[in-house]
Amino acid sequence: MNLRNWLDSIRPNFDEGGKLHAFRSVYEGFESFLYVPNATSKCGTNIHDAFDSKRMMIMVVIALCPAMLFGMYNVGYQHYIAANLEVSFWPVFGYGFLAVLPRIIVSYLVGLAIEFTVAQWKHEEIQEGYLVSGFIIPMIVPATCPLWILAIAVAFSVIIAKEIFGGTGMNFLNVALITRAFIFFAYPSVITGETVWVVDHAICGLGANIDGLTAATALGTASTTAAVPAFSMNMVWGFIPGSVGETSVIAIALGALLLLYTGIASWKTMLSVFAGGILMALVFNTWGPDNAMAQMPWYEHICLGGFCFGAVFMATDPVTSARTEAGKWIYGLLIGVMAITIRVMNPGYPEGMMLAILLMNCFAPLIDWCVVQRNVNKRAKRINK
Amino acid sequence: MANKNNEALKQPMWVNNPVLVQILGICSALAVTAQLKPAIVMGLSVTIIVAMANVIISLLRKTIPNRIRIIIQLVVVAALVTIVSEILKAFAYDVSVQLSVYVGLIITNCILMGRLEAFAMQNGPWASFLDGIGNGLGYAAILIVVAFVRELFGSGTLFGFQVVPQSWYEAGYLNNGLMIMPPMALVLVGCVIWFHRAKNKDLQEN
Repeated sequence: MNLRNWLDSIRPNFDEGGKLHAFRSVYEGFESFLYVPNATSKCGTNIHDAFDSKRMMIMVVIALCPAMLFGMYNVGYQHYIAANLEVSFWPVFGYGFLAVLPRIIVSYLVGLAIEFTVAQWKHEEIQEGYLVSGFIIPMIVPATCPLWILAIAVAFSVIIAKEIFGGTGMNFLNVALITRAFIFFAYPSVITGETVWVVDHAICGLGANIDGLTAATALGTASTTAAVPAFSMNMVWGFIPGSVGETSVIAIALGALLLLYTGIASWKTMLSVFAGGILMALVFNTWGPDNAMAQMPWYEHICLGGFCFGAVFMATDPVTSARTEAGKWIYGLLIGVMAITIRVMNPGYPEGMMLAILLMNCFAPLIDWCVVQRNVNKRAKRINK
Repeated sequence: MANKNNEALKQPMWVNNPVLVQILGICSALAVTAQLKPAIVMGLSVTIIVAMANVIISLLRKTIPNRIRIIIQLVVVAALVTIVSEILKAFAYDVSVQLSVYVGLIITNCILMGRLEAFAMQNGPWASFLDGIGNGLGYAAILIVVAFVRELFGSGTLFGFQVVPQSWYEAGYLNNGLMIMPPMALVLVGCVIWFHRAKNKDLQEN
């Protein structure tokens, strides 16, 4: 009996009145995960593209993989450097894998449990939107983030930022970033400072316990001391302390290529975020205050912190970004400008990318409205001439 | 008549709650609910002021010239707020320090002007008194619910006494800093409104 027949044979259990009716949405979720749904439209003319939101989400997850795999390796790499141990590739990767894996599991378990419950409760189909958010969330927190805090943050953001607005596609704020913002404001000690970026204990026999380990991120150093950190190729490759997935520019660039090639992410948004960031960094270099953040060269601003990750995977989120073509330029440019401005002007937040994207998420509908109105006015003028 | 008085007292407690349905008094609900004690004091102060102001305006309602009625209402409220503020300073100094400007700002609390305009100007003193008590207690109830959650999860205390056991902190439990901040109070008020709408389906807007 093959999989298709088996799915068909157990289907009656999940229909109205079946004994497993409470799990109908779970069944449908997995069925459409495995097979293309065979529901067809009953009236009118409908054109369906084979490239549906499920394919799109999977594509984004694939694009995230290089950064995730590199992030795992880097977690191990930073640990073994701190522990002063020389080991080969596989233990390093294995250590990072074991350190990050629980966070991926918790993120998916909590988020999907809420999605499934809501779908069942509202008699809707399960939406696949959480596949991407659940993958991004472990990448934008430190590898030491306590699991219970992650679980609370995921629950908060999925319910408050997404489900109450109507679920996938209706949220106006990026769910993954709300998770991070929640941790950032509710439990600042686990996501800022010098002790959270490198794992300091042995996992399953790998690694070693290190006492009193401190390792600041380059941005953290720049904001607490007055010195601009010297630029090194490690900042491009990603062998620096930081959140799991954000350190490597190269790995993020691989994901960016895939997103641009498949057309999922808008090149306009992506390019303009970088343009805004570079522009603002140059402005601060020339006229800015005399501190390390303002004097940091533009290429270092781009490479450090979550700038690249945010520009490639978060700012381009098709749900929360501006949708008009002119709006994308404005939206992206302002994200870049705000991110660097927050880094330089606010000593309390050495990383401005998260707040910049969330702020512009709020303004994206307004930007779109202005662009559309401008077009309406232009055409109205033409007809009245 | 008795039935109407009854309604005036009970309606604002739940079905027509000033915070949940009319969305009035939100500003102070966010500002003073980080801890239970100031929230309760604030709720009681507003209850007393709204009840007294309602009675006074209701007694004066036939003599107040229509064109300057807002000014007269403000004078009455301001006088009552000043009295309450002085009493708090005399008998509960540390709470009045915690509440700081928000006692004075009761003058601008929309619930007061709303009740004076909408109820006391048209009804007798006894009904107005009950209406004031009902609205004040309805407001206080929301403050207490929000403050309970915020103090419990934000500081691990209730009325200043530690509730979360010390052993939890040693095991890695942390207080939720966001609970102390006003944005989380807004989210909590939103959740209470969500619950309220779910129970009162006729209030749901489409």
